[in-house]
Amino acid sequence: MTSETISRTTNTPKTEAELAEIVAGHFAGCQPLRTMGGGTRVQADHIAGDTLTTRAMSGVVTYEPGEMTLIARAGTPLWEIEAMLVSEGQALAFEPPDLRGVLGSDGTPTIGGMVAANASGPRGIMAGACRDHLLGVRFVDGQGRVLKNGGRVMKNVTGLDLSKLLCGSFGTLGILTEVAMKTLPHAQARGTLAIRGVDDAEALRTFTTALATPFEISGAAFHDGTAWLRIEGLPPQLAYRQKRLQELFGAYEITFLDAEATVTLWRDLRDVAHFAGTDTPLWRVPVKPSDAPALTASLRALGGQTSLDWGGGLIWYCGPGEASAVRDIAPHAMLVRRGGVEGSAFPRQSAAVERLSQELRRKFDPAGILNPGLMGG
Amino acid sequence: MAMPQPDERILERAPQIVTALRGVLPEDAVIDDPQETLAYECDALTAYRCAPLAVVLPRTTAEVAEAMRVCGVMGVPVVPRGAGTSLAGGALPTADCVVIGTARLNQVLEIDTDNRFIRVQTGVTNLSVSEVLEPHGFFYAPDPSSQLACTIAGNIAMNSGGAHCLKYGVTTNNLMGATVVLTTGEIVELGGAELASSGLDLLGLLCGSEGQLGIVTEAFLRILPRPEGARPMLIGFDSPEVAGECVARIIRSGVLPVAIEYMDEPCLRAVEDFAQAGYPKCAAVLIVEVEGSPDEIADQIARIRAIADELEPVEFRESRNADDALAIWKGRKSAFGAMGRLGDYICLDGTVPVGQLPHTLRRIGELSKQHGLEVANVFHAGDGNMHPLILFNANEPGQLERAEAFGADILRLCVEVGGCLTGEHGVGVEKRDLMDVQYDAPDLAMQMEVKDVFDPTWILNPAKVFPLQASAAHRLKAVQ
Repeated sequence: MTSETISRTTNTPKTEAELAEIVAGHFAGCQPLRTMGGGTRVQADHIAGDTLTTRAMSGVVTYEPGEMTLIARAGTPLWEIEAMLVSEGQALAFEPPDLRGVLGSDGTPTIGGMVAANASGPRGIMAGACRDHLLGVRFVDGQGRVLKNGGRVMKNVTGLDLSKLLCGSFGTLGILTEVAMKTLPHAQARGTLAIRGVDDAEALRTFTTALATPFEISGAAFHDGTAWLRIEGLPPQLAYRQKRLQELFGAYEITFLDAEATVTLWRDLRDVAHFAGTDTPLWRVPVKPSDAPALTASLRALGGQTSLDWGGGLIWYCGPGEASAVRDIAPHAMLVRRGGVEGSAFPRQSAAVERLSQELRRKFDPAGILNPGLMGG
Repeated sequence: MAMPQPDERILERAPQIVTALRGVLPEDAVIDDPQETLAYECDALTAYRCAPLAVVLPRTTAEVAEAMRVCGVMGVPVVPRGAGTSLAGGALPTADCVVIGTARLNQVLEIDTDNRFIRVQTGVTNLSVSEVLEPHGFFYAPDPSSQLACTIAGNIAMNSGGAHCLKYGVTTNNLMGATVVLTTGEIVELGGAELASSGLDLLGLLCGSEGQLGIVTEAFLRILPRPEGARPMLIGFDSPEVAGECVARIIRSGVLPVAIEYMDEPCLRAVEDFAQAGYPKCAAVLIVEVEGSPDEIADQIARIRAIADELEPVEFRESRNADDALAIWKGRKSAFGAMGRLGDYICLDGTVPVGQLPHTLRRIGELSKQHGLEVANVFHAGDGNMHPLILFNANEPGQLERAEAFGADILRLCVEVGGCLTGEHGVGVEKRDLMDVQYDAPDLAMQMEVKDVFDPTWILNPAKVFPLQASAAHRLKAVQ
């Protein structure tokens, strides 16, 4: 059966109990489920089974700005969460990207989908990824059991950290029903140094220099001859850091972008907007930063373009290269936009890691019904 | 605290086990002299002791793998051990176990400031990592109080934090990769020099797993540039509620201090008698530290002062130089020593939502009267990680049990108000049988199934973390 001929039922449970019942039924019948939040992050047409979306399980359970904690049901739209945080001067510090432009998907990104994808943006270089801000989860496993792990407090080492496993598992271990996140104060002032007329190697040198300063660089990205360094903080901090960094990079042609331009620029960089609007395959490649200049050159030799984020620790490659050719150059490459490329979107793991991952999947999802074929196993 | 009876069949085979270990390891790596193994009979939870069958001190990952392989094949339990500073009995041996210690895995393998990581063998101490980084202008952020002695191996096992983790996070947020030895002796690499990896987050699962899944022999640690400077301030309040309110208002204001420490009145009294730190006489003291350039620090202190002033503090003291800073931290840093002078104590480690601090402190006071034992509180207020110290007299029969019962009541309270059993010390044996207060049976069952994947016969640090009754069926597999 090809993807065009699959006729799917869409399950849209409104409660955790309802969701558990649906999964238990599918488990009993060994029927696969294509699970999602808003369906905005993964090109998943090839995954078998009925669709199950958490988007009707919406709403913030608690938000305590003085404790920097938020608990929300998985289907809560991300924009709703972000608007609420902004009203209290807070944010999800890891800047979850919105990939609708890149993937050509519609729908609404949800907080559960964000956690399931461990969606993390440019500020990850300073603040860490989504998984670093996840405090706890409730989820339904592949047998329809309702389980929880972690909690709602910032420090918690009680038992095994299954929340980390769920984060970034793309719904293959369980379906998130509720997530607890750490929030952080939103920077009161922000600006960006744009260093123009540099190549990959020079961009990397500026990143390395800037990221060795104590000025808490919260974004370091490069595309099309310009390297950007974002600084944030309280207003006096911003002024001081700008001055010191401009002195440091005095030899370059530098412009300073104000708060408004900074917000727009980093939203676009976060969403990889410069590679949106086409169907060319798009790869996300975490690398050791010092390897980035050589790797980008090799990737561009396949045809296509590259950009850098995370101070050179993340390469975006948008180009026609075959999967095997891309992974020969960059073994950690993950395919974000398929653009006709076949095979797994996820990079190959070592045999030992793959074995452990498969065995873990069998514990959480013994019948293999959750997003089969999406992520190994 | 109950531990399972040692397995007679293992004890009978002790000579063969030691011989087998000697067969694959250098002569000085295997210790079975009862006088020497005695040094490993407990960790910092000293109320419980038991010398192991043997101790192995390897120098390389390959040697750890050999030792594990032998123990795996012979069905001998393995208790991993860093520096033995665990406060929860995480490294407590049993008579039928082999302790694998990381003391000789003490090499710094690579310092890479361009890529902002350090690669170490995990027996290095936490503080020595920051010390070797100092000439490079970098540091390693997690800073547990025991950092002079504790090892990176133990930090990873317990997901350790410290006073500065409000801003910088705990171990799991600063760990990029690990070399892990599984119970089969297989060596697995997780993560590495990259900031992210895809696939299931096995590294995140491993961190904080208390030696249940594997032994970490090498690690890639994220390093950060040193801040230009740091200065603490001390704020005294005559009510715990108002002190708690001050913490919440600071956090809401947009200033993110690197540390917010809290001491209550009984703790302040003990500290004053011991260290003469010159703290004000009041119900609660906060120590708040901020970082940056001199101007940035002055700005942040002014903001915090404005917040505190609205709450009419008894005293607001800011440090103007290094001596002032030392004086402010002096009392806090000597708090545990000061309490030790008053008698024996057990130090708890529950975490509560910050907004629940005043209520929790009040209830702890009530429980103190109920149990007839004194308690003092010193903790990381920014993240609600409390450390109630329960005073008792170990020489008086029954007092330890009373102190433990009081402690269990406090930890139940922490969970009841939305917190958790342990913020940084771990479950170990200490809180093992309280796990069902925080987790329902299916939640715990899932965690144990995950352990099954890594350690199918439960030879790795068994009888820890999971309630004995709940884990009995899993542990039985080791015997069969």
